[in-house]
Amino acid sequence: MMRLLGNLMMMLVAAGLWMSAAQAQDGPLRIEITDGVMEPLPYAVPDFIPENGAAEEMAENVARVVAADLSGTGLFREIEEDAYISRITSFSSPVEFADWRAINAQALITGSVAVEGEDVTVKFRIWDVFAGQELGEGLQFAGTRSGWRRMAHKVADEVYSRITGESGYFDSRVVFVSETGPKDDRRKRLALMDYDGANVQYLTDSTSLVLAPRFSPTGDRVLYTSFESGFPRIYIMDVADVDRRVLQSQEGTMSFAPRFSPDGQQVVFSLETGGNTDIYLMDISSGEETRLTRAPSIETAPSFSPDGDQIVFESDRSGSRQLYVMPATGGDAQRISQGSGNYGTPVWSPRGDMIAFTKQSKGRFHIGVMKTDGSAERLLTASFLEEGPTWSPNGRVIMFTRETQGAQGQAGLYTVDITGRNLKQVRTPDGASDPSWSPLQE
Amino acid sequence: MTYLAKSILLVAGLALAACSNADRFGNNGAGAGAGGDAASADSASDPKSPLYFQEAIGDRVYFEVDRQTLDDEAKQVLDGQASWLTENTDYDVVIEGHADEQGTREYNLALGARRASAVREYLESRGVSSDRLKTVSYGKERPIEICSEESCYAKNRRAVTVLASGLTG
Repeated sequence: MMRLLGNLMMMLVAAGLWMSAAQAQDGPLRIEITDGVMEPLPYAVPDFIPENGAAEEMAENVARVVAADLSGTGLFREIEEDAYISRITSFSSPVEFADWRAINAQALITGSVAVEGEDVTVKFRIWDVFAGQELGEGLQFAGTRSGWRRMAHKVADEVYSRITGESGYFDSRVVFVSETGPKDDRRKRLALMDYDGANVQYLTDSTSLVLAPRFSPTGDRVLYTSFESGFPRIYIMDVADVDRRVLQSQEGTMSFAPRFSPDGQQVVFSLETGGNTDIYLMDISSGEETRLTRAPSIETAPSFSPDGDQIVFESDRSGSRQLYVMPATGGDAQRISQGSGNYGTPVWSPRGDMIAFTKQSKGRFHIGVMKTDGSAERLLTASFLEEGPTWSPNGRVIMFTRETQGAQGQAGLYTVDITGRNLKQVRTPDGASDPSWSPLQE
Repeated sequence: MTYLAKSILLVAGLALAACSNADRFGNNGAGAGAGGDAASADSASDPKSPLYFQEAIGDRVYFEVDRQTLDDEAKQVLDGQASWLTENTDYDVVIEGHADEQGTREYNLALGARRASAVREYLESRGVSSDRLKTVSYGKERPIEICSEESCYAKNRRAVTVLASGLTG
């Protein structure tokens, strides 16, 4: 479908924590991930050209969503239309590079939109302004009117990918818990939205308390905990038809904190019996369960490594809550968190090299990351109460829940770069918590 | 603190318990039905009434941060619950464990389960038949008090014994 420019030669520095826009005017246009100081790359994305009357509004909207995606990363800075010297009047006419150089637009994105009934076609090109040439080949997406935002996200993913050399994260969704009502009568329901908060849909009503939904590795199913039966139990839902079934319903027990294995065939979760919580593994199709931990302490919040070989989890076996890694078959667990305070909700990064977590220390909560052996711990955020990190599909951004203090306290979703920069709230119609980020959509 | 001040506090605590029935959460609560019955059909002066159980006996006990240990005061309340339950065999109970908001969702669910279980074990040790007792944890999801201070947190770290009538086989 797409062809990437082959010679971007991105250096993916494993421990690279800071991003910088290389102001390269000779080599190919790129943002290189280094330890340097970040300076966002200036770009322009004029309104796309409507190829017919029906496309006028959408042509403008697509360009705005592309700009919101790119600038939202903190890696790109849009040059506003007021500064433009020349206009793009047709998708095929030549670009006046000098005019875009003069306003220091290093990248220029041009495009067109055609609307025929319900069918929408979006074409675009990326220009390396200072090199005076096109960056890669132009592309075209076909879709439907209702899917126009997805097409815009795909354009932005392609721009991001060609300029940074990494895959993007814009054409993705987030399943979360929507919250309404006061703190002592809170109503919760499962909801789904685009990564940027658009297109919110509800997957359950608010009659039963629901917690912590988790996307499957392909984004087609969701695991979550519901009090539908009066007791917390794990459910699995098919996202397309909202069909759900209880996965674990052993009488006299509680099951919660589920996550899929990387192959989507198994679920790792917490099961409580007689007040003691341990970690179990279940094969989804057979329902067969394997107990992975056996301790009188609390073992919960398990998360698989992306290769499926290991599981990171939270335990208070040492007297405080710490993070441990064990083989996916159970067995000896190695403590990895070493700092003071309490650690929880560890989540393995999609790249496999880091673990995001919640840390509670001196009355404050933090979202942080560490290497998988527990070294190089860095706290990215701090506030009264935050928890539940989830990784963007490319492992560059973390979304999490932040709850404000006091009787009027409300939960909302935030994102932060793994650099600790670019902290932003994701707009949601009501309160929101427990996000789980999908993979990039096909 | 003087003895008088302590008793006033205790009375205030009981009044609070009375106005915060489990049925406020509608269909969500495991013991929602019993709470509704209690409020409408019974009076606190009838020692066989669920309202008497809630107010005079005390339907809840409190815990320290991150702990499920029952202190002497809690044991005294639970002793009262155990004798009442032994005499009023029409009722089963669901013990709800709760936590304050300081902690992650998952940990607090597990912690609430520990607390509910500690109450269950104590009631069993005082002669309440285990097949009348169920436990559930709400973690930090169902606070009674909503301020973000220790005065509220102390009220939220609780286990509530909710009566469920008509379930005894």
